[in-house]
Amino acid sequence: MTTPLLSLQGLTKAYPGVVANDQVSFDIGEGEVHALLGENGAGKSTLVKMIYGLVKPDSGTMLLRGQPFAPAEPRAARADGIAMVFQHFSLFDALNVAENIALGMENPPKMSDLATRIREVSETYGLPLDPYRTVGDLSAGERQRVEIIRCLLQDPKLLIMDEPTSVLTPQEVEILFETLNKLRAEGTSILYISHKLEEIRTLCDHATILRLGKNVGECVPAETSARDMAEMMVGSTLQTPERSGRDFGEVALDVSGLSVPSPSEFGTALRNVHMTVRKGEVLGIGGVAGNGQDELLGVLSGEITTAADAIKFNGQPIGLLGPTTRRKLGVLTAPEERLGHAAAPDMSLTENALLTGSVREGLENNGFLKWAETKSFAEKIISAFDVRTPGPENAARSLSGGNLQKFVIGREVLQNPDVLVVNQPTWGVDAAAAASIRQAILDLAAKGTAVVCISQDLDELMEISDSFAALNEGRLSAPRPTTGLTVDEIGLMMGGAHGMEVAHV
Amino acid sequence: MIVLEKRPQPSKAWSYATPLVAVLATMVFGGLLFAILGKNPVEAIGTIFWEPLFGEFAFYYRPQLLVKGAPLVLIAIGLSLGFRAGIWNIGAEGQYIMGAIFGAGAGLAFYPLDAFYIFPIMVIAGAFGGWLWAMIPAFLKVRFGTNEILVSLMLVYVAEQMLASVSLGLLKNPEGFGFPGSRNLQSYDSAHNAELIAGSGMHWGVVTALIAVIFSYVLLNRHMLGFHIRLTGEAPRAAKFAGVNPARLILFCLGLSGALAGLAGMFEVSGPSGVVSIDFNVGYGFTAIIVAFLGRLHPVGILLAGGLMALTYIGGEIAQSQLGLPAAAIQVFQGMLLFFLLAFDLLTNYRIRAARSEVA
Repeated sequence: MTTPLLSLQGLTKAYPGVVANDQVSFDIGEGEVHALLGENGAGKSTLVKMIYGLVKPDSGTMLLRGQPFAPAEPRAARADGIAMVFQHFSLFDALNVAENIALGMENPPKMSDLATRIREVSETYGLPLDPYRTVGDLSAGERQRVEIIRCLLQDPKLLIMDEPTSVLTPQEVEILFETLNKLRAEGTSILYISHKLEEIRTLCDHATILRLGKNVGECVPAETSARDMAEMMVGSTLQTPERSGRDFGEVALDVSGLSVPSPSEFGTALRNVHMTVRKGEVLGIGGVAGNGQDELLGVLSGEITTAADAIKFNGQPIGLLGPTTRRKLGVLTAPEERLGHAAAPDMSLTENALLTGSVREGLENNGFLKWAETKSFAEKIISAFDVRTPGPENAARSLSGGNLQKFVIGREVLQNPDVLVVNQPTWGVDAAAAASIRQAILDLAAKGTAVVCISQDLDELMEISDSFAALNEGRLSAPRPTTGLTVDEIGLMMGGAHGMEVAHV
Repeated sequence: MIVLEKRPQPSKAWSYATPLVAVLATMVFGGLLFAILGKNPVEAIGTIFWEPLFGEFAFYYRPQLLVKGAPLVLIAIGLSLGFRAGIWNIGAEGQYIMGAIFGAGAGLAFYPLDAFYIFPIMVIAGAFGGWLWAMIPAFLKVRFGTNEILVSLMLVYVAEQMLASVSLGLLKNPEGFGFPGSRNLQSYDSAHNAELIAGSGMHWGVVTALIAVIFSYVLLNRHMLGFHIRLTGEAPRAAKFAGVNPARLILFCLGLSGALAGLAGMFEVSGPSGVVSIDFNVGYGFTAIIVAFLGRLHPVGILLAGGLMALTYIGGEIAQSQLGLPAAAIQVFQGMLLFFLLAFDLLTNYRIRAARSEVA
């Protein structure tokens, strides 16, 4: 057998209170696309950070082509041919592509030489990209190309990609896969991190599955069913949320001709958004991140006010009303950003329960706070949504992301809203908790709540929503019934390949 | 190598312990400073902290503690509300001056009438003067997005010019033989903020400061507005999501801190000081910023910190006259207190851990 490109042997890394990686061993062969699969918090990120030199393992060894490999910092890892594309891009919006790439280089060549190199590499790998375009104007898919090209300029032996498709439309995913296949054909190995099983089945040669920091199994994705892989990831059988056939009532939320200027320079303006949601209906809103999701939530929550008639609740214009008044009426929202937006990090869960619950739960009396009632409301959320915490007096930031998400969603669901708008309700939540959050949303809809679910997880939207629309550069496509929608149609609603061309090579 | 590690949540124990540790560290390093200056450090520290409370002339110094502590506490309480919300009123000194000018002006307008309503009118006028002065940075911030730190600070110097102007003109004592400064309010009974119990130092300003402490405690812990103030300071986006109107909060916090600073100025001019003069202000408005932070922006903490600060003032003066310590050394000593407080404050949110040095 040939020596693998990278061999991990018994890697262990512990943080206070948690073992992120426990004796993880596997090999990545030359020219292999190796999937690293696992739920949020399974230890995937820690593992790749060790390979990339960002984190030092407590014990265990790595061998690169048979030689001991212990990068002390990312620069050393890059020198040995390891490159990484992070999930969150580190690009400066105001600079152009070439300048951004030059910033990450040790000894950047002259700008014109660099631009030529960028053109060469981008054409070779089917990633057309103009080096002189400003990054702020690029779509998420194009930004990812910048990151990939930045890596390819180093001529890497191993390319690590962390959740690369989470920001792409289905069409853009296809283009990315062509590039990755070409890289593989040239002998570059790829370590591909994801929890999207169908992608891994199409792309990857091998998969290593992590659960709670341990390597719990390996498989050949093409020969394993998605369900089997999912159960290896979760360690138990999965429960899919149930939905019963529902009858919709009258229109509860009516948005028409809603246009909102962008609140910040690189934000997205909403342009002429129309949608109606009936009682008991779940409207799923898909779209690549940064296409107006935050702005839409802000304008529905009342943080951004707009023309009175643009938003109507049960026929009543509410566009000019602030968050408190809207809550009183029954329009509740849960933003995507948990720490700092949906919850105050350093405040206790009790105080965070008060944050949105004061009006509907009657937690104040002429402005004076009822702490006892607030505490029992917090406790109710904690027990109803299985939030893992020692008690409501703990600070929000002490909770793990998934637990805080359960708290934030639970806080709104338990207030019996007439309209509920959620943004990324299961982001960063483990599969079991995600299923229970989705079930709670469906139960709420069954009781007659009109739900708007903004999400980048298409599987989630297909699972829970009755109709589907997509946000693309601040425009909302016309909502269509979910049943019968194909992936291609969804991709086109999301803006297709965002004008990205495919170079055929 | 030593590394700082963020705590999962703020340590309760350290948030109470840091002021004490800071005072101790100030004593140690202050003592060192005094030793370098050739003074006996134990005696110097003892003079500053012991003499005013339990020394031979304590009967004279104890009332002084109230007189010096009350304006500090009153101003610091107002400032702390804004600081909690991330609204930085640095110009309390100016609002203090304006409160004194308005308060004294209102009283002197009635001179020599003798009536029970004069003093209440002066209280209202003093609060109004401070409020008005604070409304300038508040309005500019809300309307044009200016920086309240700069505007409020600059207005201190404007207020000082106004003070000089009225001392020499509008409020000048007609029977003052041409000297700058107003009539002495101490000798105008209807306008005099006299001691409530003779020799105790307890005047209306002390009472108001105590009321402000209680009011602020209830506001922050039991009222929605106080919750919104804290929320805005901790997470401005979450506050907006909760329905807080930032502009209204800015107007409230700056307005209230201005009014309280104005009250402090008014009680000072009508009581311990008595006269509007060019050198009327002695820096209470700036020291109150230290008091607010030393008290951890907590009402009860501010009460204690105000007392401690007054103690170092009076003790410092005694040390100056008895031991011949330079005034600058005393100021360094007070500066150390804030420095150590802020430094040890880090331990509330971080813990220090010795780590193996890793190859960079």
